[in-house]
Amino acid sequence: MRTTDILRTAARALRGNRLRSALTTLGIIIGVASVVVMVAVGAGTQAAIKDEIEKLGASVIMVIPGSANAAGARLGAGTRPTLSDDDAAAIRDDASGIVTAAASMAGVAHLATAIDNWSSGVYGVTEEYFIARDWKLVAGRQIDEQDVATGAKVVMLGATTAEKVFGDADPIGQTIRVNQLPMEVIGLLARKGQTMDGSDLDDVGVVPLSTARDQLFGRSTAKTRSVSMITVKAESEQQIEEAIAEVREVLRFQHRLTPGQADDFRINNVAESARLQEESSAALTQLLAAIASISLLVGGIGIMNIMLVSVTERTREIGVRMAIGARPATILAQFLAEATILSVAGGIAGAAAGFAGAIVAETNFGMRVELTGEPVVLAFLFSALVGLVFGLYPAMRAARKSPMEALRYE
Amino acid sequence: MALIRLDRIGKRYGVGDAPVEALREVSLEVVGGDSVAIMGPSGSGKSTLLGILGCLDIPTSGNYLLLGEEVGRMSRPELAELRCRRFGFVFQNFNLLPRLTALENVELPLAYARQRPALRRAKAAAALARVGLSDRMSHYPSQLSGGQQQRVAIARALVNEPDLILADEPTGALDTVTGREILRLLDEVNAGGTTVVVVTHDRDIAARMRRTITLTDGRVTSDSRAQVRINSTSPVRAVFP
Ligand SMILES: Nc1ncnc2c1ncn2[C@@H]1O[C@H](COP(=O)(O)OP(=O)(O)OP(=O)(O)O)[C@@H](O)[C@H]1O
Ligand SMILES: [Mg+2]
Repeated sequence: MRTTDILRTAARALRGNRLRSALTTLGIIIGVASVVVMVAVGAGTQAAIKDEIEKLGASVIMVIPGSANAAGARLGAGTRPTLSDDDAAAIRDDASGIVTAAASMAGVAHLATAIDNWSSGVYGVTEEYFIARDWKLVAGRQIDEQDVATGAKVVMLGATTAEKVFGDADPIGQTIRVNQLPMEVIGLLARKGQTMDGSDLDDVGVVPLSTARDQLFGRSTAKTRSVSMITVKAESEQQIEEAIAEVREVLRFQHRLTPGQADDFRINNVAESARLQEESSAALTQLLAAIASISLLVGGIGIMNIMLVSVTERTREIGVRMAIGARPATILAQFLAEATILSVAGGIAGAAAGFAGAIVAETNFGMRVELTGEPVVLAFLFSALVGLVFGLYPAMRAARKSPMEALRYE
Repeated sequence: MALIRLDRIGKRYGVGDAPVEALREVSLEVVGGDSVAIMGPSGSGKSTLLGILGCLDIPTSGNYLLLGEEVGRMSRPELAELRCRRFGFVFQNFNLLPRLTALENVELPLAYARQRPALRRAKAAAALARVGLSDRMSHYPSQLSGGQQQRVAIARALVNEPDLILADEPTGALDTVTGREILRLLDEVNAGGTTVVVVTHDRDIAARMRRTITLTDGRVTSDSRAQVRINSTSPVRAVFP
């Protein structure tokens, strides 16, 4: 028999038993649909985490002061901020594998204009900071060396902050009171969006480090050179571990720590925690996809079951076909084709249902999904394979029948 | 050369305690173009013999030569090929496929012979015309009378131009008049040179055949040849001693 005849015969047999065929396919539909949805949602989550890493800076290391109590005797009583401008400079000069290191201070300040007022996180930074964080400018200019040296009363605003206090007006060149201190708005930062935990990366103001230290967050000890953070950018994501080691070495030397002493600073690999999250989410996705694949297997067993019933029911038909010249291989092909058509039809319907499900998850539940062709193609091929594998045994049972016995079957 | 040569064919069903010897040492020859009736009481092995002749079943002992070739040495696909091209089967209960139309049923042997669809359709239509069913081609078996179904089955048996038609009680499920039509068709087929073997309980039918083989308990107990071909309407037959 020709292939087209075999397919037509198989399709016809399935159409003759519509409800049964549909119910049999359901297992595969559910299996494929759940694989597609799982993978789409999983890929969406991972894409979201990747974006997050991107926003935070994939190759950024943050150094924050540690508690000095372990070495309390070193400088007498009390803790002190352990990081300073000099530490940042030392890292820049001595650590290899890094692009730059930027000292900064952070606090919250009240921003007010004639239009409105708002409280934002305010960073005191040096010009290196923009390189370290990869912050881009959309209007105006950046804080430069001169501003830092003179303690200029200038401020740059994030998109959210600018909207809150200026509305639609152009803030550049305007004056804004930051904790009552009048400052000129010199630049606007490019929009970065939100982190996954919902904090707004654009709700910021940026001033020169010296201005922040001496005037804004007005420390009593005006002479201090302490900073609240050093942001280090490694040359690449891959070099981040080496960079961390380098930074640690430089800081331990700077702080004159002896080999037995603990670090008086902490190094935070910003992207690392997000990366761990990504890994666990990937593992979860794989687990869910594996569970979904099991339902595909269950669907396959359903097909096998129905095909076995069908082969028994149609014993006489098999006998007749053999009597008029069907070869065993042709009978095998016919039943195999039936099983495969069932599973492939289930695969197509399942992929469509999965797509629909993913879109529903996105629009109705606000989940981020990433629909790619790959899992659809895979699920499709897998379902075809399921049909072939689970259809094989029933088809072999059909093909092995003796024509005479099959014809005698009641 | 004989079309068929059976040499001490035996068929045993089941093993162990109660094996059934359906055929014992059956030896016979059938020459091409002949018409043969197989008679005998129920359970004597007629259907079993027909199945073996048609390569639907494999004997447990003995030798079967079809046109000089040993059937016992053939593989299952080769046997299927034989059934496809050399044999046509007609059964008591018609055995049409219920989901196929009359035309499609008749096309099926041609499909198994891997012929092109257009050619298939033409040949099947011709075969249906030959049995007088041109006007029922797109009917399903359930829409046909028993006699019509059997005629479709005969068309199906003929469509591959077989050497041998094997019919197992072809009129068994039909009334006398309809049965006679079927027999007339078989006569025609035989007149065209095709060998016909018919299993029957009916002496009238046997009388229409040139040769009658009687089986009893799996053995050939008589094998007679009619001297005169008896007219189908004749009530008298003197074939059996
Ligand atoms: N598959 C089988 N297993 C066991 N015994 C069988 C099988 N098929 C047939 N037989 C036995 O073989 C013997 C011959 O059966 P067969 O069907 O050939 O008889 P028959 O002459 O055609 O009878 P009938 O006129 O009733 O159709 C019977 O005794 C039957 O019980
Ligand atoms: Mg019988």
